Amino acid sequence: MAHQVVHTDANDPQNITNPEHAEHRLITPLQYSLVYVALLIFTGATVGAAYVDLGWANPVIALGIATIKGVLVILFFMHVVFQSRLIKMTIAAGFFIFFVLITMTLSDYVSRSWGLW
Amino acid sequence: MDNAITSTGMTTDPTLYPPYTPAVHEEHEHAVLPQHRHHFETEEQQREAGSFGMWLFLLTEIMFFGGMFFAYLLYRNWYYEAFVVASNQLSVPLGAVNTAILITSGFCMALGVWAAEVRQKGLLVVMLLLTTFFGFIFLGVKADEYHEKYEKHHIPGASFSTAMFVNPAAYGLKEDPLSPDMAQKTQIFFFLYFAMTGMHALHMIIGIGILAWLTLRAHRGDFTSGYVAPIENFGLYWHFVDIVWIFLFPLLYLINRHPLK
Repeated sequence: MAHQVVHTDANDPQNITNPEHAEHRLITPLQYSLVYVALLIFTGATVGAAYVDLGWANPVIALGIATIKGVLVILFFMHVVFQSRLIKMTIAAGFFIFFVLITMTLSDYVSRSWGLW
Repeated sequence: MDNAITSTGMTTDPTLYPPYTPAVHEEHEHAVLPQHRHHFETEEQQREAGSFGMWLFLLTEIMFFGGMFFAYLLYRNWYYEAFVVASNQLSVPLGAVNTAILITSGFCMALGVWAAEVRQKGLLVVMLLLTTFFGFIFLGVKADEYHEKYEKHHIPGASFSTAMFVNPAAYGLKEDPLSPDMAQKTQIFFFLYFAMTGMHALHMIIGIGILAWLTLRAHRGDFTSGYVAPIENFGLYWHFVDIVWIFLFPLLYLINRHPLK
């Protein structure tokens, strides 16, 4: 099977000229646009929520929306949704260790003057 | 990885490539492309290794910014009143507009990666230029915000002024006045504000520098013949910088609007 290099074949279904992307799924511009619109809507929502006095719920809502936006960016803009399990696990492990570090450091500060306040 | 192409002087001119003579194996065959380094079994493996390495770098970046996020969390609890009034000196509309601008920049970058994947050179160059453009707009708004802080003497250091926080009524502010020692702690908020947004801005400036280089190479056609790794990996970096801002915006601008009494 001799192959000709066909550089005009943008889709390259046989992965002849672009085997780097064998079984490599692309996110379409329409899907990117939907994520983009969702990110803008969440931005508007978090700004709107900041102007309403919700007491302790204000930071919770703001950081919750930020987390949703971050996850959207990671999954779609950064293509993690179509990455291998190795990369997904690596990213999850990184965030997990980050939260372990935060929790342990915070538990130190919280407990330093335990019972003295 | 990307110096594979430049160092060997490879161009994407198809006439320079010999007709395809892949090493034919019994079960399957490898199409040997110039970007495929010989120590990778397949191009797919090379691609995954590249993404893996980029993600390891980004995880170290998360730890780097994470230290500052933790400092913010801790000091906000210690000097809550100072953080509330200092945070309310930031402009929510400007921060919101900048968030939208940065998301737009990231959206253009994502489309740029797509354009490289489907080998549309013109679209890739346009998207990289738009990414750069919105990056500059973001930095411009940021510079305006910094300048306002300079004028109000809200940059930590010798010329920092707590007047606005000790006597807010004189400045037309409805905040409760702070005691002088608590008012000094607003410097910690502004220090963290400048450290975090400054580090974020530095990442963007570095990114814009890389973008200029990538745009030149994209214009030359380096990334629209199957070799997408530099675009893909830079996209990861740019989106990471987006994510940092997505968390900086609520923490610095939004969550202190309605302080608990």
